[in-house]
Amino acid sequence: MVGIELPPFLLFYLGAVIALLGGATWRGPAMIVVIILSALNLWQLPAFYGLETQLMGMELKPIHIDRLSLLFGYLFHIAAFISVIYSLHVKDKMQQVAAMLYAGSALGAVFAGDLLTLFVFWEMLAVTSVFLIWAGRSDKAYSAGMRYLIAQVISGMLLLVGVILYYQHQGNLMFSKIGLDSVASWFIFIAFGIKCAFPFFHNWLTDAYPEATPTGTVFLSAFTTKVAVYAMARGFPGTEMLVYIGATMACFPIFFAVIENDLRRVLAYSLINQIGFMMVGIGIGTELGINGAVAHAFNDVIFKGLLFMSMGAVLYRTGRINGSELGGLYKSMPKTAVLCIIGAASISAFPLFSGFVSKSMIMSAALKDNFDVVWLLLLFASAGVFHHAGIKIPYFAFFAHDSGIRCKEAPWNMLLAMSIAAALCLTIGIFPQLLYQHLPFATDYSAYDVSHILTQTQLLFFSALAFVWLNLKGMYPPELPSTNLDVDWLYRRPLPRLLNACGRGCLYIDQTARNSILKLGHAFEDRLANLHSSGGIFSRTISISSMVAWVVTLLAVLLVFRFI
Amino acid sequence: MSQSQDFFDRPATLRLILNSLYVICALLVGLDFVIHRHTEHPWEGLYGFYPIYGFIGCVILVLVAKWMRKGLMREEDYYQQTRESKTENTHGGD
Repeated sequence: MVGIELPPFLLFYLGAVIALLGGATWRGPAMIVVIILSALNLWQLPAFYGLETQLMGMELKPIHIDRLSLLFGYLFHIAAFISVIYSLHVKDKMQQVAAMLYAGSALGAVFAGDLLTLFVFWEMLAVTSVFLIWAGRSDKAYSAGMRYLIAQVISGMLLLVGVILYYQHQGNLMFSKIGLDSVASWFIFIAFGIKCAFPFFHNWLTDAYPEATPTGTVFLSAFTTKVAVYAMARGFPGTEMLVYIGATMACFPIFFAVIENDLRRVLAYSLINQIGFMMVGIGIGTELGINGAVAHAFNDVIFKGLLFMSMGAVLYRTGRINGSELGGLYKSMPKTAVLCIIGAASISAFPLFSGFVSKSMIMSAALKDNFDVVWLLLLFASAGVFHHAGIKIPYFAFFAHDSGIRCKEAPWNMLLAMSIAAALCLTIGIFPQLLYQHLPFATDYSAYDVSHILTQTQLLFFSALAFVWLNLKGMYPPELPSTNLDVDWLYRRPLPRLLNACGRGCLYIDQTARNSILKLGHAFEDRLANLHSSGGIFSRTISISSMVAWVVTLLAVLLVFRFI
Repeated sequence: MSQSQDFFDRPATLRLILNSLYVICALLVGLDFVIHRHTEHPWEGLYGFYPIYGFIGCVILVLVAKWMRKGLMREEDYYQQTRESKTENTHGGD
């Protein structure tokens, strides 16, 4: 590989071609080889590798590598590697090809040096990932995929409009800090925001991710939102509005997560909650804040992937994913249970697990910049994460009351993938410097001081105590088979009905108008026919004498006028 | 039944887990008085701030979520039913 410098996304796209042409047996291993080669290629690229080109007079930079994009580049390789191992048992060409193209598009997007290239990969992400949802091959998966695609394409269109306006305004397309100071930047901000699952735009995520295949969700959780977080970190660091949006995102999903029955949907809500933390970090915009956001994105891909993998394994083995139908699975799947608990401890930010070393950076950054209320909200969200992701997921799947389900342990490849992710969670948790040294800004931050460890442990253990207390008192809401209404209700119920009603209204007006015009026409026709029928005024015969009398009268009148 | 023999199903295990949780919680609160924490926010310095905030936060979280169920909870096939009943309707209409 040495000496050959390939754009980072290219090998993934080639991998997709190989997956398309290759036989079922070798497709999985070939994809792993491609990912390893691609990682080597990225590793040996020179520090400031870039490609520049021109298109119709516009300066473009399709590839641009710096510390920020490089970290995401490695992250996406790790995520793709783990996810492909996890899905080695899958023999579904559509999913495997889509997964490679999807991961490649994510790489293309983070290494895009200009906004036009970003737009192209932004749309590629949408189009390739939707096949992972449709691969669920159910009616629900199909319609959820459609809604997902519409949301993603709207985001892409807004981005395109923003980019065009930006070019008119700035005269160049380089993707650097944009800031919220023009109409163009607002379009771009909202386009990024939709992919970041901003409040009110978040339901594409909670709607679609749980409908994908067990393996598809693992891919989905890694790429789309993290590309958006990266884009936000590059384009809008220090935008104060992001702090408040982020705090909202960190808080509101946890309420939904507590009452949600589908455990993968619980994780989808908690994904929004974690992105909320990252948005706060980016919004604060200090070196500590950005570092915290990026570090947390890195860790989130791995621990959230681990949690999605463990729930995917449960779904794969039992065919069920609702909390109300599961329980007691630690007897059948003890290894999956342990790995899930490691993921749960990481997302809850227990000391020695990866979430702790990155979330505490964001919390410190919020305090340092005097965002006191936001800090309190984040603290609440941290306790809430532990509650719904840390306790609820493992508890209702593997413990709680015994559902009586007895199944086999997860397949070896799933266990291997989960073990790699778990090992990474622990490694980063114990040796945070491994991650810190690759962050965009040099840092001497240390998560492990006595105050941090003690306060975080206190917070978590008393959250656990609250869980136990509520359970013992019988106040904890039981898992119930249910659908909870969220913002998506608006476009799944009233909006289609309104559109239907509008359609019917238009149809009615159209028909009435046509009918009345037809009636008028008919009436006119009838009248004409009447006039021309026998006895009608136009078919009457008039005698010559009366004609002459009329002509004489007319001439007389003219004569009178002549003399006036 | 062999099920009741499983480790986490034994009442003794449950008691052990709960008791250790209570002991750990008590210890953690106790440590607050022993260790001098550095603080950046005035409330942080209060004894027992984090334990109380965590506990109350979670109780409020769960109670509010429970209350939200009253307004937001629908049957499991709420959205799907719509489509099915709609197709039925159109069939009936034809």
